[in-house]
Amino acid sequence: MISIEPVAAPGAPLARRNPVAKVAAALVFSFILLATLDPVAPAIAIALELALLPLFGIRYRVLARRALPLLLSAAGILVTLVLFAADRSGRVLLDAGPVLVTTGVLLTALGLVLRVFAVALPGVIVFATTDPTDLADALVQNAKAPARFAIGALAAFRLVPLLGQEWQMISMARRARGVDAGRNPVAKLRLFTSTAFALLVGAIRRGTRLAVAMDARGFDAGTPRTVARRQSFTRADALLIAGSIVLAGAALTASVLAGTFRPLIG
Amino acid sequence: MGGVLLRGFGWRHAGRRAWAVRGVDLRVEDGERVLLLGPSGAGKSTLLSALAGLLPEDSGEQEGTVEIDGLDPRKGRERVGIVFQDPETQLVMARSGDDVAFGLENRGVPTDEIWPRVDEALRRVGFPYSRDRDTAALSGGEQQRLALAGALALRPGLLLLDEPTANLDPAGATLVRQAVAGALDADTTLILVEHRVAEALPLVDRVVVLEPGGGVRADGPPEAVFAAHGATLAAEGVWVPGHPVTPRPATAAAGDLLLADDRLGLPPRLGPTDLAVRAGEALAVRGPNGAGKSTLALLLGGLLRPGTGRVTASAELAGSDHRAPPHRWRAPALAGRIGSVFQDPEHQFVTGTVFDELALGPRRTGQPEAAVKDTVAGLLERLRLTRLAAANPYTLSGGEARRLSVATALATAPRLLICDEPTFGQDRRTWQELVDLFADLRDAGHGVVAVTHDADFVTALADRTVTLKRTPDGSR
Amino acid sequence: MDNTTNRWRTIDIVVASVIAVAFGVIFWAWGLVWSATEGAFAFFPPAQTLLYGVWLMPAVIGGLVIRKPGAALYCETVAAVLSALLGSQWAGTVIPQGIVQGIGAELAFAAFRYRSFRLPTAVLAGALTGLSAALFDFFVWNVDYALGDYRIPYALLTIVSATVIAGAGGWLLTRALANTGALDRFPVAQERALI
Ligand SMILES: Nc1ncnc2c1ncn2[C@@H]1O[C@H](COP(=O)(O)OP(=O)(O)OP(=O)(O)O)[C@@H](O)[C@H]1O
Ligand SMILES: Nc1ncnc2c1ncn2[C@@H]1O[C@H](COP(=O)(O)OP(=O)(O)OP(=O)(O)O)[C@@H](O)[C@H]1O
Ligand SMILES: [Mg+2]
Ligand SMILES: [Mg+2]
Repeated sequence: MISIEPVAAPGAPLARRNPVAKVAAALVFSFILLATLDPVAPAIAIALELALLPLFGIRYRVLARRALPLLLSAAGILVTLVLFAADRSGRVLLDAGPVLVTTGVLLTALGLVLRVFAVALPGVIVFATTDPTDLADALVQNAKAPARFAIGALAAFRLVPLLGQEWQMISMARRARGVDAGRNPVAKLRLFTSTAFALLVGAIRRGTRLAVAMDARGFDAGTPRTVARRQSFTRADALLIAGSIVLAGAALTASVLAGTFRPLIG
Repeated sequence: MGGVLLRGFGWRHAGRRAWAVRGVDLRVEDGERVLLLGPSGAGKSTLLSALAGLLPEDSGEQEGTVEIDGLDPRKGRERVGIVFQDPETQLVMARSGDDVAFGLENRGVPTDEIWPRVDEALRRVGFPYSRDRDTAALSGGEQQRLALAGALALRPGLLLLDEPTANLDPAGATLVRQAVAGALDADTTLILVEHRVAEALPLVDRVVVLEPGGGVRADGPPEAVFAAHGATLAAEGVWVPGHPVTPRPATAAAGDLLLADDRLGLPPRLGPTDLAVRAGEALAVRGPNGAGKSTLALLLGGLLRPGTGRVTASAELAGSDHRAPPHRWRAPALAGRIGSVFQDPEHQFVTGTVFDELALGPRRTGQPEAAVKDTVAGLLERLRLTRLAAANPYTLSGGEARRLSVATALATAPRLLICDEPTFGQDRRTWQELVDLFADLRDAGHGVVAVTHDADFVTALADRTVTLKRTPDGSR
Repeated sequence: MDNTTNRWRTIDIVVASVIAVAFGVIFWAWGLVWSATEGAFAFFPPAQTLLYGVWLMPAVIGGLVIRKPGAALYCETVAAVLSALLGSQWAGTVIPQGIVQGIGAELAFAAFRYRSFRLPTAVLAGALTGLSAALFDFFVWNVDYALGDYRIPYALLTIVSATVIAGAGGWLLTRALANTGALDRFPVAQERALI
């Protein structure tokens, strides 16, 4: 089942920080790291991320499960690079027609895989510890996002687990009415498409009714909204963002000092 | 505050030739408690939406005027609170307390006042959980109560309720009615739509009956209206108290076994259950909200794979598939043998028009086109949907949608019919027609399983009743 | 239909969000049903590029349905935030990526001053969102790959896929949605026969 529930212990010192601050910190951290292609900076960054994990109240097992798709993309990177690497310098390890594996290729691959992990993990960590309601509140109160849009998106997010159930219901309804695909892959694809279409139609209808229900409770009345849940952006939140800049910068600096730094552009 | 004045009001939904409601002249004073009646499709829900200012100009055509305290309802929304029939689509936030607070935030209520008002509204409706309770984890009845709290927290002058107890178990329905009774202030105007008149009467002091063709058929104190028009209203489909329905007990003993369950369950939704359905018998399944009745219906219908135990179909029912349990049958074979009617009618629909919806099953099971046309025409006629043959199933009224969903399962004439809440939201006439339809099927040797909260339905039709209990941990 | 003002109605906001969210769920279901093929894509990268357009559909459909400035950008951004929340493999970085992709489609609708929503506009929107997606990947993710053998074909395939799937496909899908009556409160709803 799809779940958008946060998975962290809510009391953890960094998980408690303002959601906007957390997202900003993750984005800044990731973007600074994108600037280099070497393996050293991302490796340091990953070490830092893992070291900070307990402060976010996430257990390593949980993170591993959430980060599972990353392994898949790591495999993809490896294969793609073996086939399409730009730089094939270094000692030849394997030469089989188009597949030419050299130490240079492996080093690049290592850099890229580490980079994917280093860049993605902050986001995984932050979103695993952030409740969508708090994020919307903080976006409105601390980041001056337009309230109608943030709340509207939040209301739609609430439908996510419901749409997952809806998918099951639609599939069952089709079966009950005599529609199935059997083992034929083409029929399967067709059934998938028509189920997805039905889900989309159902979702839009739901959205339409939800909008009516929201208006019924004065959502669009034009009265300035007040907030029930106050989100505050404190010094600690600013420090979190600053800290992430410092740490990412430190990782880059270490890589420059080690002489491995390879800028993205240039 | 909360006076309503309608003058020659009418509304036609975009895309429809017929007016959903028309020629309504009505005046409701502050503090009156009105029960709005009328057969299915008479336009009751449409009228409530109009009063709540929720019929946008771009979605249809209006005639006459509506005023709430002298204002256009689209502008006077802060006076009105509405609870729709389907609670799931009206919850906005993920946490229960936030959902009640949502309306207060929109009205600009100062932050310090919000939470006391939320707590008070939750207390008045008897909401059993804390403010942090996840709204997705609430049962239908709890959602209904939360939606009511969301409307009450706004302290509306006019409260509009559209079948607030449909789909609730009897205990839950009583609780919601008590909540409404306890939550109304002396000057709150109430307009309630509810087919089951007897249950709603303690809440109201006036009855207004809509005429399907347009206009108001009867208006006044309940006793007076029912004394003067009782018999005709009952014939037209209003559940007039004291007009009993015709029971349809079985005419012959039950026949051979069709389907048997052995410790059938799907944890945590349904604990192990034993059950047997015979040909020529109508079996009622009852139990509180969340007991797993719908889950059981889906398991019996071969739509879900059992978590524990098994379903065995008799050789007669299973035909060529007698070695496999129903959930492994191919869909066309299944549809010809076991018909399923889902609890939410909209879950049943897979095509774009009422006609195609009815034709789908027969076509899939391989009937020739001429026979399909005959079957469809017969069902449309019988369930009074002929006029709507080209309509999109999603634009039907609550009762019309329910009838269509039952008809889709009947179209393939399955040996076993499994219906989840087939009679909720039905007027008296349709209700009786459904009972007759199921009784005819049973008497012709089909098996019928009906999951239901409707005690009248059980009395009128069921030969046997199975009651499920809620699992102790509340399944969650 | 109120298309004269640029103010978003509640229904515009909610339905735009729901379109984005529903696509998120459909992607998720795709993984569920075809988890086997998902693995295969990792080993056959060009195929992944051909499917790229599917991820860009919310931008085009949002623009075509809502018809207000910002709709394409909003839909694609919300879809990106959702996939971050659901735990996508790119996590937080999908958000800026989604914004960049949304801007592409937004520019196409803006070029027609939010007046034309016909097939050519949709195709242009698909092409531009594909272009912006390709540029993002070209500079951010693909730097280490061979230019002629990989980076350029990848970028071109992305644009082609976006033009066909997101652009033309998005237009067809919007029309199909309108035919179901689900979009009756939007300007795309066609005049339908009275019943
Ligand atoms: N959104 C819609 N678009 C088109 N037609 C509609 C729409 N909603 C309702 N109708 C039609 O308007 C008529 C009145 O519907 P309404 O829902 O008001 O009936 P109702 O009195 O509430 O019936 P029920 O008791 O079955 O709920 C019906 O014929 C229905 O098909
Ligand atoms: N798709 C699902 N996934 C997980 N849990 C579910 C699902 N559907 C229902 N449940 C849970 O399983 C339990 C049984 O649900 P079910 O719908 O079968 O109850 P029911 O007896 O039909 O109730 P009601 O009278 O309200 O219709 C409930 O606690 C419900 O919340
Ligand atoms: Mg109704
Ligand atoms: Mg049920």
